[in-house]
This record gives sequence, structure tokens and C-alpha cells, in this order.
Amino acid sequence: MSTVSWITLRGLFGRRRFLLLLPLPVVLIVLAVLSRSLGVTPHEWAPPVLVGLGLAVVLPVVALIVGTGVLGAEIDDGTVVHILTKPLPRWQIVLPKLAVATGVTAVTVAVPLYAAGLLADSARLGLALAAASAVGALAYSALFLALSLLTRRPVLLGLVYVLIWEGLLGNVVSGTRVLSIQQYVITLADRIAPTELLLGDVSVPVAAVMSALISVGFTVLAIDRLRSFSVAGETS
Amino acid sequence: MTTISADQAVGTPTAVTSTLDLAGVSRWYGNVVAVNDVSMSLGPGVTGLLGPNGAGKTTLLHMMAGFLAPSRGVVTLDGRPTWRNPEVYRRLGLVSEREAVHTFLTAYEFVLASAKLHRLPDPAGAARRAIAQVEMEGAQDRRIATYSKGMRQRARVAAALVHEPQVLLLDEPFNGMDPRQRLHMMELLHRLGDAGRTILFSSHILEEVEQVSGTVQVMVAGRLAASGDFRTIRRLMTNRPHVFTVHSTDDRALAVALMAEASVTGVELGRAGLTVRAGDYGAFTRVLPKIALRMGIRVRQLVPEDESLESVFSYLVEA
Repeated sequence: MSTVSWITLRGLFGRRRFLLLLPLPVVLIVLAVLSRSLGVTPHEWAPPVLVGLGLAVVLPVVALIVGTGVLGAEIDDGTVVHILTKPLPRWQIVLPKLAVATGVTAVTVAVPLYAAGLLADSARLGLALAAASAVGALAYSALFLALSLLTRRPVLLGLVYVLIWEGLLGNVVSGTRVLSIQQYVITLADRIAPTELLLGDVSVPVAAVMSALISVGFTVLAIDRLRSFSVAGETS
Repeated sequence: MTTISADQAVGTPTAVTSTLDLAGVSRWYGNVVAVNDVSMSLGPGVTGLLGPNGAGKTTLLHMMAGFLAPSRGVVTLDGRPTWRNPEVYRRLGLVSEREAVHTFLTAYEFVLASAKLHRLPDPAGAARRAIAQVEMEGAQDRRIATYSKGMRQRARVAAALVHEPQVLLLDEPFNGMDPRQRLHMMELLHRLGDAGRTILFSSHILEEVEQVSGTVQVMVAGRLAASGDFRTIRRLMTNRPHVFTVHSTDDRALAVALMAEASVTGVELGRAGLTVRAGDYGAFTRVLPKIALRMGIRVRQLVPEDESLESVFSYLVEA
């Protein structure tokens, strides 16, 4: 493991903020287990639990907490200077941090989604949800990592994207779905394990290409922004 | 843009010494000019960057360290710009003012991580040497969260020294330290300077600069107000000629008496009164009332001509 990843992981799990990651996945599993054990048909509980909670809330919110935490938290407290005063090309800082953010998000989200998918339909659906959410974890992480270099309020802007753009506009204005990571994840999961429980609104090529574009584009942007990272003058 | 040669530095840069050059460097934020057309060349030894709070010292240090783009001008380390050039960190170390440390690590882990990020051939050995330099061996295995402010500062200095940089920049390194820690840090900076490193530290406290450095750069309101040997600047600040305009009941008699005073370097008798040039501000202002009293002359008005510079000076002395 690179030193940057190691420090990032230590920083991530060393802060209390990390505890915020736990409740949402637990709620997801509890709801799925409850629905299943109470005999509710999957058609009734699976869409709200898998999509409404799992893909629309748990995945983006976990990605937001982790994605803005791997770099944004270090920028906030100033410790980022220790990593930046090293003769490292800036991609060698951004990529390990992106890998940590994606990995932690994917693991945190994939486990409850797999369990919920398994309870709703089959192991295949569970795996499909886990795999698609890993793709989503990468795209979200790249977006939120770049946000922490573009603005001083990455969490706020990230929430606006998740809640307003994906959550609200995505339901009202269909055109916004083309720029919705949530929709890509639904489409990809449905493509891997076709069921009637998931309904994707974008085509598979759009989902695949846009996920790749967002991941690469925001990563490149983050690397470039980090090259020109300025320390805010506090005393002057 | 221009780059200036390293010739102005103390000695000629060799493989083991580095020179940091600033050529016409300015930085503004909107309409506010934080640093205004500063040029300087820093060579081996300890240099103090002195100035009141808000003079632009931190902004200047951030530009030197490549953490801020100059709005105009260029900062170079051995001829290569520091902005957008991570390679400079092979030869440059920074201890920023903000007390930012990974408190969840021990000092050893923290310094070792720095050594690894520098890709040093023997990171463990380098980390131990750096910790020994700041005399933190006893506490190196405790989490930084348990440290006092001075210990944290030393841990940060160790991390900045781990790759043995030729240039070390420290922003207000003595802030929050107790006298013993201060003394310790001063000794460390002395040692590093004597070993041929280029050390720059900022401070708003005259006595700190006096004790550590022979060379000083004085910043006031974003400008470089003075630069050079500390004792010379201090002498210039206290002994430079001060010009006063004096009105009295008998200007001519007062002029004759004043010329006999050592603190007075010149007197001019004009229609507007006496223009007195004094070499020593304090001595002149003490002696004038005594002379007036002795000679029965009443001084009606005493106006220092260069009040603005004077206020800067007195601020620097009092700070």
C-alpha cells in the first residue's frame, strides 16, 4: 500500500466522522430483513428499499462522506500541506486517495446491497447491485474528490447534487437523468441481472460511457486543481 | 518576467547549498495588495523575516514554498520556479504556522511517512536522524495528540527536515512556545544555518529575530522595508537622522545651543523656524527641554517631520 493510501485510511478511520458510515447500511439490511420476514412481496418492498434507499441514499451519502473525507478533511485541517510538500507528481496523490474512497464506499455499500438483493430476488441480483454500486462508488468518489478541490463547501454542494439534481429533478425533468450517476447504477445493475424490480431510465451504453467520462473527467480535473493548490492566507 | 541570478547570494551556490530568489514578487487579493514588489535573494544561513502582523509575511512564505501563485514576478529555487513544481520539495522544507499534524499518528510514524513520501533510500534511518535532531527520541512513540504545542512543532520540524532540505522555511516557529522550547528551537535553527542550510523564519517579535539571525528582511504593509545585517538595520532604525521643525521664542539662540549637542547633526534657520536634524531620536527629545529651560527659551512647537516612518519603527521596536 502506498504511503498516501495508508495516511488516507488512517485519517479516514481515525476521525469520528467515520461512524456516520455505519447507520445507513444497517438500516438497509434491517428493512430488507423485516420486509422479507413479514412476508411482504418483493415487488412491493424491493423498489423503495433497493432503489429509494439503497441506490438513491445509501450509496451517494456514503460516497459523499468518504469522498469529501479523503482530501477535503485534510484541506480543512491543513494537514494536506504535509503531503503536498513532497516531490510527488500530483496524480500520485489523487489516485491513491480516489482508490481509498472508492474501495471504502464500495465495500460499505456493496455488502448491504448484496444482502438486500439476495433477500429480494436472488444472489445474482445481489451481485449485480454490488457490482453496479462499485461503478457508482468510483464515479461519485471522483466527483466528490474533485468538489473538495473546487469549493470550500464540498459536502453542501455534493448534497445539492444528490438531493436536488438526482433526487428531485431526476423525478420531474427526465433530461436530468442523463447526468445522474444513480440512473447509471440502476441501468447497469438491471443489465447484469434483469428483473422487474429495477427500472433504468438511461440506455446501457449511456450509463457505461457516462460513468467512465465522469470518473476520468473529474479525476483529471482534481489532479490539475491539486497542481495549483493554494493555501488560503489566514494571517494576511 | 525576470529571474535574477544567484550571484547576489552569500557565497556561490554549490551542490550542497541552495538559493531562493524572489524577483519583483507581488500578490494581491482583489483590490488588496498583500505583497508589493518584493525582491530578495536568500542564501545559506539564518534569515529572519520580520514584520508586524498583516505585513504579508505568511503570503510571502506561501509563495516561496509554492503554495501560492505570485500575481506578478517569480519565485525561484536554484533558478527553477516554485509554483506548480513539486520537484522543488526535494530541496525545500516548510513548517507552516497552522498547527496541522496528523494527531492520530505517533511522531515516529509521522516523520517516517514523510521519509517514505520523499522516497528516501532508508526511510527508517532518516526518520530516526530527524527525530534526534529535534531531540524527540523519548516521546517518539506517543501519539501526537498527547503532545504539547512545542513538541508538536518539533515533530513538524523533524518531518520537514527528514530529507535534509537545503532550504527550510518556518512561519512563526516560536508562536506558543515556552521560553525553554524557544531556546531549543533557536539553537536548532542556529545549527542548521551554521551547517550551510538556507533557513528563513518569520516573526513579528524583534527580540526573536535578534537572537537567532544575523540577516533580516523587514516587511511593512506588504513591502520590503529593509534588508541586510540585523545590527546594521537596528542601528539604522534607531540612529537614522530624524528631522524636526522647532518654533521657539528665540530660534537663533536655540540653534546655537543645539549645535553643541552630540545628538544634533544639523540645524537650519529659516522663516518657518528651525529645522533640526537629530542623529538620535531619544537623546534629542530629552535634551531639547533641558536646553530651553537653561536658556530661558520657550519652545512653542516641536513637529517631527517623518511621523509615518517613525510610527513603523516604533511599532517594530515595541512589538
